[in-house]
Amino acid sequence: MAQTKTTSSPLPRGVKNAVGRLFASVPLLGFLFGFLACVLMEMAVGDQLANLLGLSKMPVLFGIVTIFKAIAGLINTLFKGAAFDPGTLVHIPMALIYFSIVYLAPITIVTRLTSRLANSLADALQQTSLLFSALVHLGLLYAILHFWGGMNDYRLIVLKLTLIAILVTLSLNIINGYMGEFSCSHPGFMAIGAYMSSMFTVGLFVDDKVLGAAKLSFSLAYLSFPLALVFGGLMAAIGALIIAIPSFKTRGDYLAIISLAFLFIIKSLFENVQALGGARGISGQPNWATLPVIFAVVVIGFWAINNFVNSTMGKALNAVRDEESAAEAMTINTRKTKMAAFMFAAFWAGMAGGLLAHVMRYINPSMFGIQKLAEVLAMVYFGGLNSVVGSIVGAVSISLLSEALRPLEILKWIVIPLLLILVMIYRPTGLIAFREFNIRRILQPRRPESKEV
Amino acid sequence: MALLQVDHMTHFFSGLRAVHDFNLAIEPGEIRGLIGPNGAGKTTIFNLITGIYTPTEGKISLNGESLIGLYPHKIASRGIGRTFQDLRLWRHMTVLEHVKMARYSQLTYGLWGAFFDTALRRKEEVESEHRAMELLSLLGVDHLADQLVVNLPYGAQRRVEMARALAIEPKILFLDEPTVGMTPEELVQIMAIIRNIHQKFDLAIFMIEHRLKFVMELCEQIQCLVFGEVIADGNPDDIQNNPQVIEAYLGKDAVEA
Ligand SMILES: Nc1ncnc2c1ncn2[C@@H]1O[C@H](COP(=O)(O)OP(=O)(O)OP(=O)(O)O)[C@@H](O)[C@H]1O
Ligand SMILES: [Mg+2]
Repeated sequence: MAQTKTTSSPLPRGVKNAVGRLFASVPLLGFLFGFLACVLMEMAVGDQLANLLGLSKMPVLFGIVTIFKAIAGLINTLFKGAAFDPGTLVHIPMALIYFSIVYLAPITIVTRLTSRLANSLADALQQTSLLFSALVHLGLLYAILHFWGGMNDYRLIVLKLTLIAILVTLSLNIINGYMGEFSCSHPGFMAIGAYMSSMFTVGLFVDDKVLGAAKLSFSLAYLSFPLALVFGGLMAAIGALIIAIPSFKTRGDYLAIISLAFLFIIKSLFENVQALGGARGISGQPNWATLPVIFAVVVIGFWAINNFVNSTMGKALNAVRDEESAAEAMTINTRKTKMAAFMFAAFWAGMAGGLLAHVMRYINPSMFGIQKLAEVLAMVYFGGLNSVVGSIVGAVSISLLSEALRPLEILKWIVIPLLLILVMIYRPTGLIAFREFNIRRILQPRRPESKEV
Repeated sequence: MALLQVDHMTHFFSGLRAVHDFNLAIEPGEIRGLIGPNGAGKTTIFNLITGIYTPTEGKISLNGESLIGLYPHKIASRGIGRTFQDLRLWRHMTVLEHVKMARYSQLTYGLWGAFFDTALRRKEEVESEHRAMELLSLLGVDHLADQLVVNLPYGAQRRVEMARALAIEPKILFLDEPTVGMTPEELVQIMAIIRNIHQKFDLAIFMIEHRLKFVMELCEQIQCLVFGEVIADGNPDDIQNNPQVIEAYLGKDAVEA
């Protein structure tokens, strides 16, 4: 959805304007058509094209991994003297060519060619209900992700993890962005969600060393998965209450400290409770976190969170953040507002944790430590505070980046923080901060003459 | 009993006696003034009544019900609206959002409505927006509804703050130096606005004000506070001719009067 926001891209002005003009009259529907064309194109000719270009297989993530692998090879030679095959450097231009043919060209051509059609369709959809229109768009988006992820297992798992990251980032943004407090406990909530949902699914339906034999078995057991997720989310929200009660009793910056302590306590709790597998954790979760399930949960989470932050109830968080005494004087129950928002955020982190457990199909306490915290904080602060769009941008870009930088191994943890520092210097609140998500405006047709962007 | 009744209120800030034996009775629809030199304890009296501080001693009641120990938001929703001397607006919110926000306690859709965008929520938000726009046009700032408050000139920000305080539908409105930093024309306008809202909502008003001319013209009763103690209480004529007031207050600001 960020593609429509060309104004916020950090490109030089000239390029930005040119790209902006090119796509000015393309509605979101048009971009979806464009992406669908890319995906279908890749399905049809991706393998042959990769062969032709001398790439071992079709690039998984738009070629960025291929490019970074070559660069990483070079860097590793320089730093560690590892053997380097100069032939891999050729992969860089080849990956770029592949990207241009499979993605850049179809998206430009198709969106331009179909823009008239897309606009009249968007027009027609606008006459129907907003819900219907949103569902059509979501259906298309799902089809794109489904085909794109279906081409490669690695791609599918990156896609799933990215969707989960979006949910986590959105929920953390409620606290660190909309409410303006600094919370460190999110991986802890994810851990609670992961463990509790696993207790539900593994405990009830799977024969397991740790949690014992299956207690129930019926063929439609996977239909109980939403229940398991919600159970995990509710448990996380109850955990959040433990932090919220002392933290929001008095004014001051207690939340950062208390939530950090909570994170450590939760982690060592799971490490030491042998009934939950101790440090080895729980494995063998049923493979129920399929792409449609994750997509649906993330969409519902996005919807609920966006509803909340746009309601007067949710905007009270901004009032509390910007001037708490004025908020109280205007009848806002500041304590209740903070507690509710904190628990709501924890609920969605717990849901995300449950999904994560069933994507990885193993969990252990070390997955939910400081490194996870750094990752989600990076997503929130990189993407932008107080913005659901920013959260999506942050989660997607940091996820892709950390996949791309994987070949750099340890250097990855130098590059990502450096990038964050740069963003903090030039855009202290993140790339797309303080922007509301107006679904009606995003779905509407775009005429060249209506010059509002 | 009066609408707002304060009896023998005393407050200490760790040893410093900021307010001493303060008494007040405001009837519905009355406009009352509080004057006094800098640091006299005027704002502290507002903060004590609105629940930001709890008085060391004394009683405060609204419509006969005690306000002591209640949270500020509870006291506000009982019917005391206020503005702040140092303009406490929310920097990331638009003018309209400010006024809608102050209708928080009148919303009934709750968290469920907030999460799931229910029909009740939509209805209430629309109503709330209508009411907010009415107040904004009453204060003459409806054309600024979609602006962020930080971009507005000072006088407009003051009006937004008043509109916001009115949105809680108060029975009594506290104004802490509403004319600070205003030009003479703005002064005339704000006086008309205060008269207007006073009549329209049959509102009691309790105001702290430095410009004596302004208070003398608007208020029926005025108290003069010096070092936390009321040294004079009466109608504008009494106050103007009270030798203690002249000494403590007018002596310094005689030029302005
Ligand atoms: N929170 C506080 N803690 C300690 N002392 C305070 C506090 N608030 C106010 N005071 C002190 O109480 C006294 C009265 O302050 P207050 O702000 O009520 O004065 P004021 O009459 O409103 O003055 P001004 O005309 O300057 O607004 C001052 O001496 C001030 O320093
Ligand atoms: Mg004062």
